[in-house]
Amino acid sequence: MKNAIVDIKDVNKIYGTNHVVKDLNLQVEEGEFLTLLGSSGCGKTTTLRMIAGFEEPTTGSIKVEGEPIEDKEPYERNVNTVFQSYALFPHMTIFDNVAYGLRMKKVPKKEIKERVLEMLEMVQLAGFEKRYPSQLSGGQKQRVAIARALINRPKVLLLDEPLGALDLKLRKQMQLELKRLQKKLNITFIYVTHDQEEALTMSDRIAIMHDGVMDQIGSPTEIYERPATKFVATFIGETNVFDGTIRSIENGRAVVSIENGEITSSGSVEEGVEKNTGFAVNEFVTVSVRPEKMHFSPEPVDGFNVPAMVKDYIYVGSVIKCIAVLPNGNEIKMEKLAGEELPAIGEKIFICWVPEDAVLIHSLDNRFYQSMENIKLA
Amino acid sequence: MISMTKKRFREKTLPAAIMVGPVTLWLILLVAVPLIYILVMSFCSIDEFYNVTFHFTVDNYKHLADASYIKIYVQSLVIALLTTVICILVAYPFTYIIARTKSRFKSLLYMLVIIPFWTNSLIRIYGWKSFLGTSGWLNSVLMKLHIISQPLDLLFKQGTTVFGMVYCLFPFMVLPLYTAIGKLDSTLLEASSDLGAKGWKTFLTVVLPLTASGIFSGCIMVFIPCLGYFFVSNILGGGNSDVIGNLIERQFKSGNNWPLGAALSIILIVITLVLVKLYQKTGGDMDSLGV
Repeated sequence: MKNAIVDIKDVNKIYGTNHVVKDLNLQVEEGEFLTLLGSSGCGKTTTLRMIAGFEEPTTGSIKVEGEPIEDKEPYERNVNTVFQSYALFPHMTIFDNVAYGLRMKKVPKKEIKERVLEMLEMVQLAGFEKRYPSQLSGGQKQRVAIARALINRPKVLLLDEPLGALDLKLRKQMQLELKRLQKKLNITFIYVTHDQEEALTMSDRIAIMHDGVMDQIGSPTEIYERPATKFVATFIGETNVFDGTIRSIENGRAVVSIENGEITSSGSVEEGVEKNTGFAVNEFVTVSVRPEKMHFSPEPVDGFNVPAMVKDYIYVGSVIKCIAVLPNGNEIKMEKLAGEELPAIGEKIFICWVPEDAVLIHSLDNRFYQSMENIKLA
Repeated sequence: MISMTKKRFREKTLPAAIMVGPVTLWLILLVAVPLIYILVMSFCSIDEFYNVTFHFTVDNYKHLADASYIKIYVQSLVIALLTTVICILVAYPFTYIIARTKSRFKSLLYMLVIIPFWTNSLIRIYGWKSFLGTSGWLNSVLMKLHIISQPLDLLFKQGTTVFGMVYCLFPFMVLPLYTAIGKLDSTLLEASSDLGAKGWKTFLTVVLPLTASGIFSGCIMVFIPCLGYFFVSNILGGGNSDVIGNLIERQFKSGNNWPLGAALSIILIVITLVLVKLYQKTGGDMDSLGV
């Protein structure tokens, strides 16, 4: 691991009776694009505001460049923020807005002018310096906000849902542009969003937060292919989840009995770096299978005996989405390529997949196990 | 064709007339007519028995340039200016705190400013007179406590008038400031601090410019009434700190020279209009003046 430029240790944030951030540990590497992803109220913005210094952690410490930030005022830190609402100063021109940070640092006038014009060029707003924020469109305001935050050459740039207010097309365009800027300037970006697609497109690593807890941190591929919790599995992309108990683990196969029968996944008892390792017989697990990995057969195959009934087909261009119903009424989704031979609606099928394509997820996470143990001890 | 106009009258003109009519009548009778009356009066003269005669003259306006009057205009402006400055200095920090506090006492604090407003200001000024007088509450308590041996001479000074003016007009400064400060987006303050500005720098570069409109309308709403609040200087100033309002009052009452009083009133109206125009020119928001 490279140097951790932001080091968050055992941070908790409590407002009254509201525990917003729980035991957060997070190391952000220098130069990386890290996204805090989660639905609203999961504590991601609070985390960002604590790094920015607008909020103080209730317990724990946050270090930026190895120095604890608690003793420093926001203006003393090498960190700048792009706000969700842009927060441009309405009474100042675009030039003055962007120059603000440099003026506060008492940079010589000539240099300010050079740097502001250069920065406006970089965000493609050359020629806008005499306008006021109210004369700009949403996308342009966003660029000004980014330019204003970047001009101080921060070590870390914090972005709080910066594209939230833009329309889809503009958002896609800005995503690529932000990524380009980040690469070019080699600045660490910590990006908050609730949009999983945005997170997958832009990030080097994604930290998924849920109810104040960081469920998983990893590269987009890791998160997508090896979700650590049921929440992560369902939050990122589409998936089918089955709750059940591991009946046996033999020869790298874990047989899981679920409400409607038996399914099989790859699996082993020994803990390893590979997925589906470190599981025990009789453990409660969730099995996650992506729609594109789901198959069906007219007869039960080895290790699978869950029947389903084809309910509907949805044609979306190159793929056909198939919806089938399990005996308990749960729906599952499959994706088939157009042109494949498909059973008729109403026909009975058996679901299956390549065992290596399934992901086993501990149903009760370690934290919960620990608290259960504590309860038992007490 | 006739029925069309009848219908139009019944459906458009009549309801409009019913709604706008009373207000128009009210404005004509109680604002326009008295104003015209004052304007005409200011060009009239008086006979030896102090009766107003409709004999056109501009003498009243010539009298306005008398040295003794000019002294009072200047004195008026000084009192109004002092009052305005003190109001800003006291009201700004006070309003900033109540407008931005997240405390549940926010509305209570605000009401503390507004409630005295509901009592007639004349009564409140008389209250101050008896409180501050040589045998008043303040002096007797201080003497009982042996903090002073002789009563303090607090009344009938220019400072007392300014104090009374500040007291009366304080809410007029708080109201527009409260609106302006309340509108201030707190993320702007965070952005400023994030970009490296210290607290006072943020105040000067962000808070002050964005609340300037509130300060301007507060100034207008304090400065202008201050020129006319004759009862404050009458009661607390004891004739040593007259404002233009006192001159007008005197001409209409003891002086019994209504045309001269009318001319003075016109001057006051002109000063007011000039100041409001100036306010508008500098980008002031007419809505926040309540006009």
